[in-house]
Amino acid sequence: MTEYETVVGLEVHCELSTTTKLFCGCRNAFGDEPNTNICPVCLGLPGSLPVINRRAVELALRIGAALNCTARRSIFHRKNYFYPDMPKDYQISQYDEPINVDGWLELPDGSRVGIERAHMEEDTGKTTHVGGGGRIHEASYSLVDYNRAGVPLVEIVSRPDVRSAAQARAYVDELRSILVATGASDGRMEEGSLRVDANISVRPVVSAEFGTRCEVKNLNSLRSLERAVEYEVERQIALIESGGSVSQETRHWDEGDSSTHSMRSKEEANDYRYFPEPDLTPLVPDAALLAAAGEGVGAMPAERRHRLSSLLGAGSDLATRTDGSTDQVVTVVDLGLDELVHGAVAAGADPRLALARAANEAAANPDAARLLDPVAFAGLVKMESSGRLSATQSKEVLAELMANGGDPAQIAGRLGYEQMDTASLDAIVDGVIVANPLEWKRYREGDDKVAQFLLGQVMKSSKGRANGKLVAQAFASRREA
Amino acid sequence: MTATPAPELGSLAAIAACVRTGERSARAVLATSLERVRELEGDLHCFNEVTIEAAEADADAVDRIVRSGLDPGPLAGVPVALKDNLCTVGIPTTCSSKILAGWLPPYDATVVSRLRDAGAVAIGKTNLDEFAMGSSTENSAFGPTRNPWDLGRVPGGSSGGSAAAVASGIVPLALGSDTGGSIRQPAALCGIVGVKPTYGVVSRYGLIAFASSLDQIGPFATTVADAALALEVIAGHDPMDSTSLDRPAPSLLATLHDGVSGLRIGVVADFLSEESECGDAVVSAAEALAAAGAKVDEVRIPELLLGLPAYYVIAPAEASSNLSRYDGVRYGLRVDGPDAETMNARTRGEGFGPEVKRRIMMGTYALSAGYYDAYYGQAQKARTLVIRAFEAAYQDFDVLLTPTTPSVAFPFGSKVDDPIEMYMCDLCSIPSSLAGHPAASVPFALNPEGLPIGVQVLAPALGEAVMMRVAASLEASAPRSARGPVTP
Repeated sequence: MTEYETVVGLEVHCELSTTTKLFCGCRNAFGDEPNTNICPVCLGLPGSLPVINRRAVELALRIGAALNCTARRSIFHRKNYFYPDMPKDYQISQYDEPINVDGWLELPDGSRVGIERAHMEEDTGKTTHVGGGGRIHEASYSLVDYNRAGVPLVEIVSRPDVRSAAQARAYVDELRSILVATGASDGRMEEGSLRVDANISVRPVVSAEFGTRCEVKNLNSLRSLERAVEYEVERQIALIESGGSVSQETRHWDEGDSSTHSMRSKEEANDYRYFPEPDLTPLVPDAALLAAAGEGVGAMPAERRHRLSSLLGAGSDLATRTDGSTDQVVTVVDLGLDELVHGAVAAGADPRLALARAANEAAANPDAARLLDPVAFAGLVKMESSGRLSATQSKEVLAELMANGGDPAQIAGRLGYEQMDTASLDAIVDGVIVANPLEWKRYREGDDKVAQFLLGQVMKSSKGRANGKLVAQAFASRREA
Repeated sequence: MTATPAPELGSLAAIAACVRTGERSARAVLATSLERVRELEGDLHCFNEVTIEAAEADADAVDRIVRSGLDPGPLAGVPVALKDNLCTVGIPTTCSSKILAGWLPPYDATVVSRLRDAGAVAIGKTNLDEFAMGSSTENSAFGPTRNPWDLGRVPGGSSGGSAAAVASGIVPLALGSDTGGSIRQPAALCGIVGVKPTYGVVSRYGLIAFASSLDQIGPFATTVADAALALEVIAGHDPMDSTSLDRPAPSLLATLHDGVSGLRIGVVADFLSEESECGDAVVSAAEALAAAGAKVDEVRIPELLLGLPAYYVIAPAEASSNLSRYDGVRYGLRVDGPDAETMNARTRGEGFGPEVKRRIMMGTYALSAGYYDAYYGQAQKARTLVIRAFEAAYQDFDVLLTPTTPSVAFPFGSKVDDPIEMYMCDLCSIPSSLAGHPAASVPFALNPEGLPIGVQVLAPALGEAVMMRVAASLEASAPRSARGPVTP
């Protein structure tokens, strides 16, 4: 049977979180009363003219830089087609001379997806079809809200480098993190701030040519995206296997029946009659603009993951890691807790333990965790790695630290987590040996699997106060004695 | 030929001086204008709407400013007419098209605000070829405007209403828009001065677009000095128009009468066909300028002849996109249908006249996939050739001279059935439009039938000052009888 490879290219529309719209001074806000944020310009009234929002250009450049793109002189075109929610019946968009080109994005697994372009355009209004199940052809009437008309968008077009549904999901997830990290977008897919179209095709793995692609729209969540790619790949393979062929078309993902449906074929596609927008002048990314775009932008997630991994020392290259710390690094960076870990390590904490506590326990309450004092966090980690606190105790103290702040040593004292003295520990260890002679014998004969059982017994007797490391040392020294 | 010289209204500066000193009220000046409207509008049909109440309110406001001891501005009390493609708050703005029926703009065009801020009083909206597409005002959905020099002839177009209103002495000043000659050609046919400024000198905000890369607003007046003053008022940077040049309005009046001594003037031989009365006028104009001290030579710039075909691809292409918004959804005419698409098609089918439809079709075709390179792309290359040819010519000359039009005002109906013949009216005016250069038409002679002939002065970008100096010199050597105002 032929083995097929999935090929996906993604187009992500991102609404920029500017205060005002792309070509006028109207408020750019989601959820306001319909048709309240409108003016002659965004309504496309006769005689009105667009004037570019400089902040939108800065944010577009910022996105480009975060995606390792080259910024260049760009112009706007008009994309002509009739639709009631388009005030001018053309959309001002960038066509063959976009503002950002030729970048790439690195996924947490270390793979890279090429970015063909990230260009600027205006959003359209929003149509609600009333009656007829919400479809335009059966609707009794339609309502148009132009609040969204003219909201600035950046469309990020990937190269067809994505090879699976999971990678498509990871790409959009990572892209969203980047967009949020740049401050260019709030990244809310459910509010339409981020809209994804997927170009999906399959080809025999031996083939050098791409297969015919279908563009799938209406992907409103990461889950929809992943499922739609899976569905579409299966559909296309089945089509080819049954002797048919894929035809180039636009398809609509239906969350209800978990499948894609044909919207329009290539032949039905609009001829957009693009031509340079005469009402706007070229955008030249001069030094001042680039400086303003870069102002206050921190490191992007990929770079932050690299920095965090480097704390862990040699052999911690993300792409080759198998010990699970990749997930911890990704989680910590995702939640914005990496500065906490860096701070703790700088204050003397063990990097692996600090990372683990941040990724597992602090992550349970990221908002509070981001406010943690790195020195206090470092103190906690040091108490645990020195054996003053058991892992269980350490987690309790951390929870208290996040809830109410304070000094970890004092919290430990207040909770009664005094370090167990050697005599008490020895007494409990000896008690466990006496009570479990068979297990002790197996342990002495070198069966390390039983060590965990013995440790558990000590923990039980000490009500979790014993330090695991010290217990292990106690058993080890008795075995050698 | 029945036209006779009309009573002079006085220069803009003279009217404003009287109003500013309180010697004459703006209301009295307005009354003279409105009286002239009552007398002539039935014959001429200059206006789509005469806004008497708004004009009286504006005039009263000017008079109040005077009484309060403040200065209403350099055009205090000057009655003006506005081409009906300039947006005016709460006043119908139709582009002489059925498709904009009932639309009341919620905002004023920048030029309208600037005129008002200078004390001018707008008296109404003037007729035009629908969406400024035409050269005779015969394409208006509301009927043609007549030429005050001969009521059987067209006033030119597309700003025919504005030209006729000034040429008949209804107003001393009117604004028009010029995409390929729509100010200069009617100015020439009506025996008045018309100026198309450098692209970007006057804000287009509030001018309903025909072809955005070519449209410019400019003044009609009976004298060069009046046109210069009006241009100084309406020009200058506007943050609402991205293509507005970031520089102050040009200073024109200060050097207007500096003469032409030493200026190098090129007569464009390519536009001087034999046995053409308009060409003969250019030759006489050149002689007059030489007599006044200019250095005059003939120059051949054959690339300028590429302008007309290039223009009739580029302008319709932009128009096809600019006019898409008239879809029946938000404003203006709506002819209902069972679905949005049908409603849209019916609205446009009934709302647009034949010339507008012709240009939308031509433009849509020129931009279509597979034809773009052959038409729009090719036309842009021709446009570049025109610009380069001008650049070369302006190495040797300060200004160029051509006829404004190939012929004088023509009788109604004589060209309507032949679009190409009508398009040829713009032959001499189009090159400056494509280059974005300023150009002015100055009345210079009368033909044997007593119809006015205009001479066109062309200058490089931002060459308005020298252009107006030459225009003033031509005006000084032209017979007084060659220019309006006249009474039909």
